[in-house]
Amino acid sequence: MEMQQIKFYQTGTFTVGNRLLDADQRSVQANMERTNSLNSGHRACQGCGEALGARYAIDAAMRAANNQVIACNATGCLEVFSTPYPETSWQIPWIHSLFGNAAAVATGVAAAMKVKGRRDVRVIAQGGDGGTTDIGFGCLSGMFERNDDVLYICYDNEAYMNTGVQRSSATPPAARTATTMALGPEPGNAFGQGKNVPLIAMAHGIPYVATASVAYLRDLEEKVKRAMSLSGARYIHILVPCPLGWGAQPSDTIKLARLAVETGLFPLFEAEHGEVVGSTRIRRRVPVEEYLKPQKRFAHLFGKTPAVGTLARIQEMADRNIRKYRLIDERRHG
Amino acid sequence: MDKPFAITLDPGSSLANRTGSWRTTRPVYVDRLPPCNHACPAGENIQGWLYHAESGDYESAWRELVKNNPMPAVMGRVCYHPCESACNRGSLDESVSIHAVERFLGDEAARRGWKIEAGPSTGKRVLVVGAGPAGLSAAWHLRLAGHAVAIHEAGPLSGGMMRFGIPKYRLPREVLDAEVQRILALGVELKLNSKVDDVLATMKAGAFDACFLAVGAHLAKRAYIPAGDASKILDAVSVLRGMEGAEKPLLGRRVVVYGGGNTAIDVARTAKRLGAEESIIVYRRTREKMPAHDFEVEEALAEGVMMKWLSTIKEAGEASFTVEKMALDENGFPQPTGEFETIEADSLVLALGQDVDLSLLDNVPDLVVENGSVRVDAGMMSGYPGIFAGGDMVPAERTVTVAIGHGKKAARNIDAWLRGETYASPPKHEVATFDKLNTWYYADAPKTVQPVLDIIRRQGTFEEVLGGLDEGNALFEARRCLSCGNCFECDNCYGVCPDNAVIKLGPGKRFRFNYDYCKGCGICVAECPCGAIRTEPETI
Repeated sequence: MEMQQIKFYQTGTFTVGNRLLDADQRSVQANMERTNSLNSGHRACQGCGEALGARYAIDAAMRAANNQVIACNATGCLEVFSTPYPETSWQIPWIHSLFGNAAAVATGVAAAMKVKGRRDVRVIAQGGDGGTTDIGFGCLSGMFERNDDVLYICYDNEAYMNTGVQRSSATPPAARTATTMALGPEPGNAFGQGKNVPLIAMAHGIPYVATASVAYLRDLEEKVKRAMSLSGARYIHILVPCPLGWGAQPSDTIKLARLAVETGLFPLFEAEHGEVVGSTRIRRRVPVEEYLKPQKRFAHLFGKTPAVGTLARIQEMADRNIRKYRLIDERRHG
Repeated sequence: MDKPFAITLDPGSSLANRTGSWRTTRPVYVDRLPPCNHACPAGENIQGWLYHAESGDYESAWRELVKNNPMPAVMGRVCYHPCESACNRGSLDESVSIHAVERFLGDEAARRGWKIEAGPSTGKRVLVVGAGPAGLSAAWHLRLAGHAVAIHEAGPLSGGMMRFGIPKYRLPREVLDAEVQRILALGVELKLNSKVDDVLATMKAGAFDACFLAVGAHLAKRAYIPAGDASKILDAVSVLRGMEGAEKPLLGRRVVVYGGGNTAIDVARTAKRLGAEESIIVYRRTREKMPAHDFEVEEALAEGVMMKWLSTIKEAGEASFTVEKMALDENGFPQPTGEFETIEADSLVLALGQDVDLSLLDNVPDLVVENGSVRVDAGMMSGYPGIFAGGDMVPAERTVTVAIGHGKKAARNIDAWLRGETYASPPKHEVATFDKLNTWYYADAPKTVQPVLDIIRRQGTFEEVLGGLDEGNALFEARRCLSCGNCFECDNCYGVCPDNAVIKLGPGKRFRFNYDYCKGCGICVAECPCGAIRTEPETI
């Protein structure tokens, strides 16, 4: 048996900060000097996961790029709630054009910076799942395929929330939205539809693809930092719970993001040049019901006669992820 | 007008939009009462001193600790740690080994010579009767408040029951002496071998303004057992007291101890160490009904002490004792069965409880004695103004920790009384129960097990049975604290707010809410690991 010096820091790196850790081991968000890229006064709903995810990611990018960052935003919640004319919540250079062209605008900004010789300025494109996986998908794929020097960040809240919770290609099976009602023999969104954009991004063979969650701040910050250390097209997909669209308590935003990971439904992994190079282990595995139950969009699966078959199919998805991405430490769980 | 095309307004910041007006509930920082502090009979701020120990600042930890308890090295050894039974971490993996860290801090203080200064003199004089845990604790707190203190102790040495009742293998005497010395070094006058026969006369003679009575229960209770002339019957108090003298008690090869409390266990284990081949505890009820603490019973069994349940001693002979078997009735009381047996033994030690010698109070008017205890009010004062009492003298559990707590409480009330005021203890915060925590954030860590002295070795010697933690594992153990109900600056609230409505005030200064922008989503409340934020309804 190998001997190992036990380092124990009460909450380790699970909390945002930790006074017992050395300063260089603390998160960007723990820092009193963090950028607060997305400032107070924005009009996001109470408990908005996207507002949180955007600040986490962009603050980390600002730290990594020595504060030289330009962000191009797709239309969507993030754009609408942060910039009602003439106010802005952004404390960084920020541009919005259309719903579907954020990746293309970012490509242009990156090209302009190159022409101007501003190698120090890094370009980020960002949008919700609608602007990324549906409407902006052509521009995104083009940006990947050309390997433009842009980091694209998708804040995935699994539907078009801003316009009234319509289904997107990132909406999970069985979820109720305004366009996938909880009616009929198979209520909610259909199984076997939609797309997995992180895997599609990997198929482009781009330098870096990662998934992240607002419940795993250190993991998210590490991934942004890693992405910022590379050049070429990079993609990070962050799960951001939406209290309004998911029918959840605003205070449960982080809890749901955590449960999505701990059930195995949202695997956290990293890939370089098309190959998975690492995954984040599940700390305390839980059955999918624990994640689904607090969300009203899945309420039709419970009640007097629970949809056992549907729940089993969702559990199967989680189990498949756990196997595929090796989300459980075999030595610990046997 | 030098604005760009189609732009009519200056760009503005969203800070103009005070989203705090959306709020219907507001988060508020609170300090809840950790269950360990709540359970501590000495009123220690355990979470408070562990907080300092977590960062390796043992001296600050010790200073926080001795604000309430001047004897951490003793306490870490002899206290039955109700704090650990209450510890929330017990519901997660295993409770924090608070006593082990306390003991480490106490030993560290002795090693490094940490000291505390007495308060500025008030000119008031307080008499303390008895140099046991209650008396010493009161003396410490009274000196910190600046009062002159004289302790009158009947015995030849200080420490009371800590010295004459607790065996060395549980409390080495050099540990006790070091902590007593630190208390005396505050300028406490200690008069040994000076039994107070009449407390009012002693107060008058010494011009004392107040008095704290802290006489221990040194009188052994007896039971009538018909005995022959040659039978050897002793009582537990004298056996344990005799261990402090040059002549150790002669118990013989086979020793029977009669009783089921911690004292019975102490005597039985002591008899083993004195060379008895067999040490048998005879108790009239069952193990479940035994008042002794389970871990002490376990340790005694491991050392080879034997137990005879459901038995009483009927008769004592020269080298044998007649024992009657008992049976529990439906109410759980033992009833005789009429079945007898004989145990061969050289001596019988009675451990049937103790009483306090209250003869010094005979001439005090208005002081009420009930069932062998002094009646005191909520401020520990007896019916006679200025005379306070605590420890074994008042109705309470008789443990060192309770006595230390009484000493502190009495000292605070005496201090207030001497100033013509009434001591009002600060209001107690709501208890930080397990459901108020978000334990996901705490790293997994099992309890650090203290080294236990090898069984063979401890049967024959009076060396301390439990070893201490070293600095490495004391730090580990301290960091297992969940800091229930009290902010430990993990930055979670500061990080998880989607509206940047938490202001970080810097190390040691905690956080503040910016209610101009807080929308009241409650994520900070849900994600606070230690339950230090509460939701309150907004007044609209």
